[in-house]
Amino acid sequence: MESIGKYFIFLRSLFTNRESFQTYVGLVIDECVKVGIHSIILIAIVSIFMGAVTTIQTAYNLVSPLIPNYVIAEVVRDMVLLELAPTIIAIIFAGKVGSNIAGELGTMRITEQIDALEVMGLNSTSYLVLPKVVATLLMYPMLVVLSAFLSLWGGYVAADFTGVITTQEYIQGIRNQLNEFMVLFAMIKAYVFAFLISSISSYMGYYTTGGALEVGKASTSAVTNSVIAVLCADYLLAQLLAEYLTQY
Amino acid sequence: MIIGSSGTGKSVLLKCIVGLEKPDVGTVLYNGRDFTAANRMQQIEIRREIGMLFQGAALFDSKTVEENVRFPLDILTNLTLDEKLDKVNQILTRVGLENSNKLMPSELSGGMKKRVGIARALVNNSRYLFCDEPNSGLDPQTSILIDHLIQDLTAEFKTTTVVVSHDMNSVMQIGDYIMFMYEGSKVWEGSKDTVLASDTKDFNDFVFATNLMRRIKDMS
Repeated sequence: MESIGKYFIFLRSLFTNRESFQTYVGLVIDECVKVGIHSIILIAIVSIFMGAVTTIQTAYNLVSPLIPNYVIAEVVRDMVLLELAPTIIAIIFAGKVGSNIAGELGTMRITEQIDALEVMGLNSTSYLVLPKVVATLLMYPMLVVLSAFLSLWGGYVAADFTGVITTQEYIQGIRNQLNEFMVLFAMIKAYVFAFLISSISSYMGYYTTGGALEVGKASTSAVTNSVIAVLCADYLLAQLLAEYLTQY
Repeated sequence: MIIGSSGTGKSVLLKCIVGLEKPDVGTVLYNGRDFTAANRMQQIEIRREIGMLFQGAALFDSKTVEENVRFPLDILTNLTLDEKLDKVNQILTRVGLENSNKLMPSELSGGMKKRVGIARALVNNSRYLFCDEPNSGLDPQTSILIDHLIQDLTAEFKTTTVVVSHDMNSVMQIGDYIMFMYEGSKVWEGSKDTVLASDTKDFNDFVFATNLMRRIKDMS
């Protein structure tokens, strides 16, 4: 409970005694490159294989002659939009970006770089952490969109390669009875997960004490706690918003 | 100079003075201004006058030497880029690192890092310079170099310099006024001329722990 309270106090300090807007523009752009651009290749590889495997496994499970083949693609599309793109990619993202953020801030803490910023009169949480949170909020939803496209493309390639479903049937299924709310749902999840991953990882790194061993522990804790928070948020959002899937 | 053995509270005292730790009791005054009771904006005004050299120099890993030294000017002043670079080049020349602008902290030796740290601490003409064990991890020759640099810059910039150290060579070399701490409390204070004549047991046990210092005391 103490940690949760300290986390909320940490969040509040992000927005107090901020530097000028121009200061943050450069910092946010740098963080966007680190958080977003440098994650594209990993996200792309994971997404393509995720879509391909989902298509093949769904095809081998939906073997009833009563179910048309294009339903396979519908299932893949719904799985990608509702869960695979926002949530599974969030777990990958937490591992890559979350550990990086915690490691960077933890190292800065133990080498007194954060103290140096404080002595100069800067609010170190606002200066160091806010750009990371803003950059993650900007870049992660874009990565989710990219992931969704690449997953569906991966499914298309797998269908073409293996022949479990024709490409025409795949395209038909992708386009059939698309519920636009699923896209909105995926984006809501993306923003919530982006905030959780960046803020929790920053919190774990910022309050590191000790030496190199503790920085490593902080990185691991950042990933673990971020993943748990993402899964809890995923459940809560599903509980709150799933009923709207039937209304639209 | 604040001296004492390891774990006695010297660095904690220094952190209380610069506001990195909040003291349980007591106040910190800068020219009569109460730093401990000041609000954030008032503290920032006082912090503009403070420069600090950390034990490990605390250089920003992702910035070059020039960017590190320029950082306080970027944050605290409205100077143009050319004016900032002028000041940076002047102070880097002063500390003997005139051709090091584009180096990264990972490419610097320990002594060079300390000199960059001193340059960063003084680039904005700080009134107060705080040094946390500036000789830590340095060989004897480089230690003397850093000591003389701190001493010369203190006179040149007319700063009030507070050094935390447990290096008696350094203390006797550059210390004007010395305060000895033991188990969190001040136990002795005086000028370096009165060090040899002290009769405080804990202080003497610390100062004359080495053969060299004992021989100096015997000869005096």
